Amino acid sequence: MLSRTADNLYWLARYMERAETTARLLEVGARIALIPSAAGYRNEWDSLLRATGSADGFAARHADASQKNIETYLFFDHDNPSSVAACITRARENGRIVRTALTSQVWDALNTAFQELRSIESARRGVWELSRLTEWTMRHSAMVRGAIEATLLRDAGYDFLNLGYHLERADSTARLMDVKYYVLLPRADFVGTGLDNYQWTTLLRAMSAHRAFHWAYGGEVTAAKIADFLILNPQCPRALITCVQGLNTHLDRLTRAYRRTSTAQAQARVALAGLAEARVDEIFDEGLHEFLTRFIGDMALVGLAIHDSYLSGDMR
Amino acid sequence: MTAFFNEMYQGQQVRAPYAALGDWMQSMPAELRSLKQAEAEQLFRRIGITFAVYGEGGDPDRLIPFDMFPRVFTAGEWSRLERGIKQRAKALNAFLVDVYGRGEIVRAGRIPGNLVYQNAAYEKAVVGIKPPKGVYSHIVGIDLVRTGPDDFFVLEDNCRTPSGVSYMLENREIMMRMFPDLFRANRIEPVDNYPEILRRTLASVAPAKCKGDPTVVILTPGHFNSAYYEHSFLADLMGVELVEGQDLFVEGEFVWMRTTEGPRRVDVIYRRIDDAFIDPLCFRPDSMLGIPGLMDVYRSGGVSICSAPGAGVADDKAVYTFVPEMVRFYLGEEPLLQNVPTWQCGKADDLAHVLDKLPELVVKEVHGSGGYGMLVGPKSSKAEIEAFRARIVADPGNYIAQPTLALSTTPTFVNEGVAPRHVDLRPYCLVGESIELVPGGLTRVALKEGSLVVNSSQGGGVKDTWVLAE
Repeated sequence: MLSRTADNLYWLARYMERAETTARLLEVGARIALIPSAAGYRNEWDSLLRATGSADGFAARHADASQKNIETYLFFDHDNPSSVAACITRARENGRIVRTALTSQVWDALNTAFQELRSIESARRGVWELSRLTEWTMRHSAMVRGAIEATLLRDAGYDFLNLGYHLERADSTARLMDVKYYVLLPRADFVGTGLDNYQWTTLLRAMSAHRAFHWAYGGEVTAAKIADFLILNPQCPRALITCVQGLNTHLDRLTRAYRRTSTAQAQARVALAGLAEARVDEIFDEGLHEFLTRFIGDMALVGLAIHDSYLSGDMR
Repeated sequence: MTAFFNEMYQGQQVRAPYAALGDWMQSMPAELRSLKQAEAEQLFRRIGITFAVYGEGGDPDRLIPFDMFPRVFTAGEWSRLERGIKQRAKALNAFLVDVYGRGEIVRAGRIPGNLVYQNAAYEKAVVGIKPPKGVYSHIVGIDLVRTGPDDFFVLEDNCRTPSGVSYMLENREIMMRMFPDLFRANRIEPVDNYPEILRRTLASVAPAKCKGDPTVVILTPGHFNSAYYEHSFLADLMGVELVEGQDLFVEGEFVWMRTTEGPRRVDVIYRRIDDAFIDPLCFRPDSMLGIPGLMDVYRSGGVSICSAPGAGVADDKAVYTFVPEMVRFYLGEEPLLQNVPTWQCGKADDLAHVLDKLPELVVKEVHGSGGYGMLVGPKSSKAEIEAFRARIVADPGNYIAQPTLALSTTPTFVNEGVAPRHVDLRPYCLVGESIELVPGGLTRVALKEGSLVVNSSQGGGVKDTWVLAE
């Protein structure tokens, strides 16, 4: 497979996953805005913007964090690289370039999302209320993902798509947790209070893991249980360990197909071994923020190694 | 006004090829028709076939209008065309080998030397090279128009990288999906083996240094190109990689592509970019599209390039006049397809005639394409004609003129129902170890009433083209 094709597939997946993450954030933000809370409406939006790494970009364009402005920035603004519109447009552009590496079903799903996006963009603002926008995004992201799973040949292209999905998801889960923990609750004595639990529940909602969590754990919502669920529980589709396991699966497949080991694979293995042995209390001892910072750094290195090993076209 | 040949009706009689379509047309009330038209449009959009027009701006995802009324040829009509097209493709290739070799046709005085050797499309960098199997132009698109039951004229030859074949294939695909009954009731020759024949043709001209199964790629300028859809479509159907210049590099005596498994050798490049851009070391140094050193590998027989650099000299509008001469000279046969009489404005006599008859003629730029920079005399205002006259006088050598042909019409769906509209035809002839032609081609239709310009950039549309089995 052409290195450039692999690169396009990898980014197609990353952009689709990013669009979904942004939509989830929007949904959860809108939900919080409906509920009076001690932390205040403005802080919530601010923390969500921070999670997408776009707080500064937002501040530069909008004076106040009203829902309309947030919606404009996170859904419609093409200058915001994390906005749903920007991500879907780029995902489709990447898909168009590698049209030959996709099945017609996958292309159809991508292209339909893009065509519908254009009509949403040309509709009068407000015709599409926020909940419809976020539902729409998640539906199309699921359709693309589903078309990939159901129809795509299990060749290297499938692996590069999945590497993109898993890496992006690992990064976004880690960032979301980090923001919640670090920005809102810098003081350890808040941990375990009612307010804290409320924030954590919000976090679960942001990952559509609210119900799944209760099925998996039951009882009282505690920080330790949530951290366990989102970091160490392989049943949770957005848990760090699930994402890293996915990276390993697809890097191993590439190694077998190409009969050649890679730095990316070695690094992903180390990351997985670390998570497999970790326990929640140890993570809290290290400091959740420190742990997450380290994890985000590790994933960035894996991303770099994937680029050097497969996508750059410079290996001999 | 001239009476135009209508391909469906002869007086009140329906001509044989269209016999089955009369009922079909009757059985389609306006509502059903607009439903079907919307369905077709959605299919095209979902498949992603869109067409961006250079210099027009606007929607880059614009669709070429698709007309559902098919254009039909009988087996007899087609076999005559087929022989003529193959003959022409053979002669054009013989000409190319000759003019980059000994130049016998010039020595024999059958074509003026300056027309060949001073031609902007004549590529000095490939003089003396004989490409594998003696083929320069592997895909020859011959634009034909019809003026009567048995009268076909060649409007122009396209020896470089004729586009539009994806429409031939997709138009058929969509018609079969929407009107399966029509295909059950009529015996229509299939065209869907085109990609496979193209792949075989390209593989058959692999360079001598290639042992074993040749690796074929399509070279595209990239996804911003208006024909990108076609490039990726063909790559997909042939099962070959679609590469950009940045994906290829030269090392040693071969061309390689960058893959996730490391470098892989490339043997045959079906390029969809112009000569000027394929190798910055040999042609335009500012080109970002090409592969530095490609021409050296090509010259030493390490890679085949399709069409071969330099092929453009055969489809030049001034050289066109001499194609019938080429058929006689190289094949010793009489040409089966006629040329349109052409006046070279560069010649004093011709120029005088052209300027005199300007309101009746079609005038084209020698190197123009896509329907730009041309004058259709009978369809132009006095002011337009006078403006064009000034341009011709300023640079006569840049123009040729032809009589305005009475292009045939076929029934076409329009707002008011069904009405005749003018059409042309581009079949795609494949030249490798053998010469192949799939039964069909791209029919372009001028959708505006009375218009003779079929180019998609000027409001033209496309139709499915049927050849009936015997």
